Amino acid sequence: MQLIVRQGRVVDPSQKLNKVVDIGIEEGRVAEIAPRIRKKGRKEIDARGLVVCPGFIDMHVHLREPGREDSETIESGTSAAARGGFTGVACMPNTSPVNDSEAVTAFILERAREASRIAVYPIGAITKGSQGEMLAEIGEMHRTGIVAISDDGRPVQNSQVMRRAMEYSGLFGLPVIDHCEDRDLSAGGCMNEGYYATLLGLRGINPAAEELHVMRDCVLARQTGAQVHIAHISTGQSLAAVKRAKKEGLRVTCEVTPHHLLLTEAQVTSYDTNTKMNPPLRSQEDVDALVQGLCAGVIDAIASDHAPHNINDKMLEFDRAPFGIVGLETAVSLILDRFVRTGLIGLERLVELFSTNPARILKLERGTLSPGSWADLTVLDCERPWEVRSAEFLSRSRNTPFEGWKLRGGPAMTIVRGRVVWNG
Amino acid sequence: MASLNQKDLLGIAQLSVEEIQLILDTADALRQVADRPVKKVPALRGKTVINLFFEASTRTRSSFELAEKRLSADILNLAVSTSSVSKGETLLDTARNLESMAPDIIVVRHSSAGAPHMLSKVCRSSIINAGDGMHEHPTQALLDALTVREVKGRLSDLKIAIIGDIAHSRVARSDTILFHKMGAQVWVCGPPTLIPWDYDKLGARITGHLEEALEGADVVMMLRVQHERQTEAFLPSTREYYNFYGLTRERMRLAKKDTIVMHPGPMNRGVEIDSDVADAPYSVILDQVANGIATRMAVLYLLSGNAGLKPRKQTR
Repeated sequence: MQLIVRQGRVVDPSQKLNKVVDIGIEEGRVAEIAPRIRKKGRKEIDARGLVVCPGFIDMHVHLREPGREDSETIESGTSAAARGGFTGVACMPNTSPVNDSEAVTAFILERAREASRIAVYPIGAITKGSQGEMLAEIGEMHRTGIVAISDDGRPVQNSQVMRRAMEYSGLFGLPVIDHCEDRDLSAGGCMNEGYYATLLGLRGINPAAEELHVMRDCVLARQTGAQVHIAHISTGQSLAAVKRAKKEGLRVTCEVTPHHLLLTEAQVTSYDTNTKMNPPLRSQEDVDALVQGLCAGVIDAIASDHAPHNINDKMLEFDRAPFGIVGLETAVSLILDRFVRTGLIGLERLVELFSTNPARILKLERGTLSPGSWADLTVLDCERPWEVRSAEFLSRSRNTPFEGWKLRGGPAMTIVRGRVVWNG
Repeated sequence: MASLNQKDLLGIAQLSVEEIQLILDTADALRQVADRPVKKVPALRGKTVINLFFEASTRTRSSFELAEKRLSADILNLAVSTSSVSKGETLLDTARNLESMAPDIIVVRHSSAGAPHMLSKVCRSSIINAGDGMHEHPTQALLDALTVREVKGRLSDLKIAIIGDIAHSRVARSDTILFHKMGAQVWVCGPPTLIPWDYDKLGARITGHLEEALEGADVVMMLRVQHERQTEAFLPSTREYYNFYGLTRERMRLAKKDTIVMHPGPMNRGVEIDSDVADAPYSVILDQVANGIATRMAVLYLLSGNAGLKPRKQTR
């Protein structure tokens, strides 16, 4: 056999599996799962004491290539992802040029083949140039390899255009991922509207800006039957809307970021631009609602919204600095330490959030270790203590609000198609 | 005299009641310098102060400049048009360059909230916030307090009505926090579109009705309402604003008999305030200007030995 991962605790909700077994891998695929595999592997990994999961997929990252290679490249971003325990990432189209055509999609996939050791799943733009007016060539991009469409970063304001996008994407079975924001309501804002914005004299982003578009998308999903995925949900009311949509049987899912689960608007008090992202850090009540949604199963996935920015861009006045923080190298550890160790969620739920559900939403042949499937594995060490030090990041950018956090647990090894691509 | 045990003056939020009193007492003592034939004391001789103004300002900048001159400081004025910001230099680079000139104090005004806090972290010199975005304008609040204390003899147990565009006003925030800290009852009043969320948590009572704010007020503080607010849909028109919020002689009858009227300037006569109110005997608007110099002298003096201290954290 190509590789045998021995005696790790395999947690795979797709097979309702949670026990210590061996995994045999041949030709990049899972060949056998058994309490003890007698054959010898050309390579063997002793996974005693470790947790072995179907490969984690970060379904919301910005790799910045093409266009902003000073902040991140496909090579550096996917290296950071591998270090963070991800065997695949879905990259947003707001590059320069925007991924709104076959040519850009092909370029990204070509660069990924050359420079990435993990899987890269491009997301195409909904509209040409993400201008919100004319549909992008969604079918051609689908033919080339996009897994979803989104105008993340420049969300579609015109509801008629959004309706058309939902109707049209159904032809290709592509989910529509929406960064929900009514740009009139949020105009000029740089943090959550509320007490802290008032205290700090910063223009607020009304939470209704997100909530209105979440509700709009649910209404349109009902009408069109489209598959809609709400990106980085950040308020209690948004979550309530998704919950209602799900109850109704609509094809609506949502993701949450670690920072919206762990930080509140109070963090902005220092005017640290690493606390500036969009959607902004919200109130304690919103965070409580999100945590509850995470535990209760309303939230489908955790995604980092990895948004690298060169230090020169972030070292500006708070209202002038760009939105966004990096997250690929901290996401898994943060959730392990703050949610699994504390008993708020179990390992099965963790795997659902990071692997099973992202694969299901994006319709990837991933998220399971059943025999015959691709051998993408994330191996976790739940005991390893470490401290977040941005200087050690493999990402080209350092913009994290978690600098210096002491965490326990994190990725130990990342395996893609039976090949170890990162070993901590 | 005692000194302020902190490097910077970034906002009223970071000051204790005792520190506010110390600044006001010091300003009281320094006020008489203006009455001397030679209006100069040597307190800041040999100290360098840079006035770094990224935003147009006439009154605050000239007030600081006079205060510095009366304290015998060496001063350097940098206004936005002549600075290198227009050449694309970042705020931090500008700050580091100035820092290399070894100033003792940098007075900064900037259109971004938090800009002085950013400077405070990289500069050894003391930073005085002369207004940052919609955040704070601490020396304005201190001079307002000095003016009120001078007339009323106290700051506690007064009804202070702050009226106008609260949302976009750094003066409103600093005044609210200061007067609330000092035990006054602060009311803010304006159209609901111009009252930011949770403003009551800064220590103010909120009303949309001018009459309620004026009723029995000891101090009436008017804020400028900018014409741009019309185009941004905050207000239907400045005429309607005047009809509901303009301070007229008739409306002033609701306030206490011995009330005073204040305005941080520049005034829009006929929009938020009538001329016969602005120029009435109960108007202390020009006293505010005079007190501005004394207050800024006090702050400069009290911080003058503090460069190099660790910056204080923002707390409330």
